[in-house]
Amino acid sequence: MSIKLEHVGYVYSQGTAYEKHALKDVNLEIGDGQFIGVIGHTGSGKSTMIQHLNGLLKATEGTVYVNGENIYADGYDLKSLRTKVGLVFQYPEHQLFEVDVISDVCFGPKNQGCSQEECLERAREALQLVGLPEKYYKESPFDLSGGQKRRVAIAGVLAMKPEVLVLDEPTAGLDPKGRDEILDQILLLKKELHMTVILVSHSMEDVAKYVERIIVMDKGKVMLDGSPKEVFSHYKELEQVGLAAPQVTYIMHELAAHGLPVRTDATTVEEAADEITRCLEERKILPAEKNILQAAQQKQPEA
Amino acid sequence: MSRLADMIRTKKLVFEYEKRDEEGNVIGKHRAIDEVDMEIQPGQFIAILGHNGSGKSTLAKHMNAILLPESGTMWVDGKDTSDLSHLWEVRQSAGMVFQNPDNQIIGTVVEEDVGFGPENLGVPTDEIWKRVEESLSAVGMIEYRHHSPNKLSGGQKQRVAIAGVVAMHPKCIVLDEPTAMLDPNGRKEVLRAVQGLRERERITVILITHYMEEVIEADQVFVMDQGHIVMQGTPKEVFSQVETLKKYRLDVPQVTMLAYELQQRGFSIPDGILRKEELVDVLCQLN
Repeated sequence: MSIKLEHVGYVYSQGTAYEKHALKDVNLEIGDGQFIGVIGHTGSGKSTMIQHLNGLLKATEGTVYVNGENIYADGYDLKSLRTKVGLVFQYPEHQLFEVDVISDVCFGPKNQGCSQEECLERAREALQLVGLPEKYYKESPFDLSGGQKRRVAIAGVLAMKPEVLVLDEPTAGLDPKGRDEILDQILLLKKELHMTVILVSHSMEDVAKYVERIIVMDKGKVMLDGSPKEVFSHYKELEQVGLAAPQVTYIMHELAAHGLPVRTDATTVEEAADEITRCLEERKILPAEKNILQAAQQKQPEA
Repeated sequence: MSRLADMIRTKKLVFEYEKRDEEGNVIGKHRAIDEVDMEIQPGQFIAILGHNGSGKSTLAKHMNAILLPESGTMWVDGKDTSDLSHLWEVRQSAGMVFQNPDNQIIGTVVEEDVGFGPENLGVPTDEIWKRVEESLSAVGMIEYRHHSPNKLSGGQKQRVAIAGVVAMHPKCIVLDEPTAMLDPNGRKEVLRAVQGLRERERITVILITHYMEEVIEADQVFVMDQGHIVMQGTPKEVFSQVETLKKYRLDVPQVTMLAYELQQRGFSIPDGILRKEELVDVLCQLN
């Protein structure tokens, strides 16, 4: 499913004293099966932008096309669009309300008009996808831990079988392990179901690790759009708009400034470790065991 | 006997949450704090880490008597919190800041919001204004004193909430995940404000967080798991134990992880590197 934003602008409370131009001339194309990160400081327009993707907000300027169709055209089925583009808001667990986990997840498909059996089947499938063990299905969602509640809330959206999944800060408030688990699970969904995933995040480290494309928003406009390596190479511009690069990117720049000939575009710990290893080995600085091995090899001819 | 020297002291502190059925009958208990012994000296910067549900927020809520111990004792500035005659002194000694800034702001103008606390304490009007000015300056928000709080960014709101606590002149401030909802800039602003309080105002700071980079300046780090304190030490000591931290569902700062990864690959790099400058120095000196 492809989504295209063309010259999209949005003004809150138009014509009042509180008028705010939240989006200005946003042009974006979101292709099939991409994993996209959206970053920007509070008030940059990220949340406003994602609410245009399923027609929850109607652009005050410009048009949104889904699969080439104008979603603002007369007779366009917005209701079905909203099930195709699933939106998981911040702190989605605040929206849990049913008596038990399985009923909560059934709510979406039930509204789509699915039969009771189909609802239960979809709910089970969705809960499996988010990795919540079956023993919790009959528990009250309010008795679960923060991470588990969030999984239930995400499952509630997945049960509607969306083609595009949009998550607004899905890891806020979770502990580090919970953060990794949720994001690993989302990555798995993307791979197994070939879903398009759009992740709004305040963690540069997380977007660098998971996504293939980053959209940077500032003052209602798209400021940068590219791969993590491209985007984070503009770390000075990012700092000016209240963002930053991942910590390892700064380390690489500092190493280079201190004369170590490393490439500076690493954005994850893994990439940085590989690049530093390569550079040190080129300088004949070898890890301890390799040193011993090499010393042993040099000795062999004499023996 | 409590020792007056400690800002916070606990002895075999236990707290249990009750699970109830629909009729309100107790059907089970969950021990959130399990015999915790802890001492915090005045003026220290303390960080408490732990996964969701490890008991850190429950512990924090004992520090200003929002929760009272099931058994064991909690002393705040020498006062037993279970003794209700100390309640107001305890609450004045230890102020709390929570995660969501929107839930903590009540005034329609910034300075009014900050003045609310001291006003409730019966502080004379002149003194209230003085305190409002001082505490807003301490968190770098004085130029917003006449603004409406709802037009501020998350980091600014959170600093106003901190100023509101500071204006009550507490000896100790407990911050429960104050940066969880903020963007990177907001996080930085709040941390800078917290650092300033500790350095200039000599307030004891207790910071609960899920962001490992925020604790590297702490004097002491406590790690909680299942209601127990399972690790305790300087940031360097705690972050040297990468595998143990992972076992407790935690992490280390990215620079520490990179150093650890290189160490695992066999390079001679010391344990517990916390700052990027340290790692750059070590790597440049490898020969």
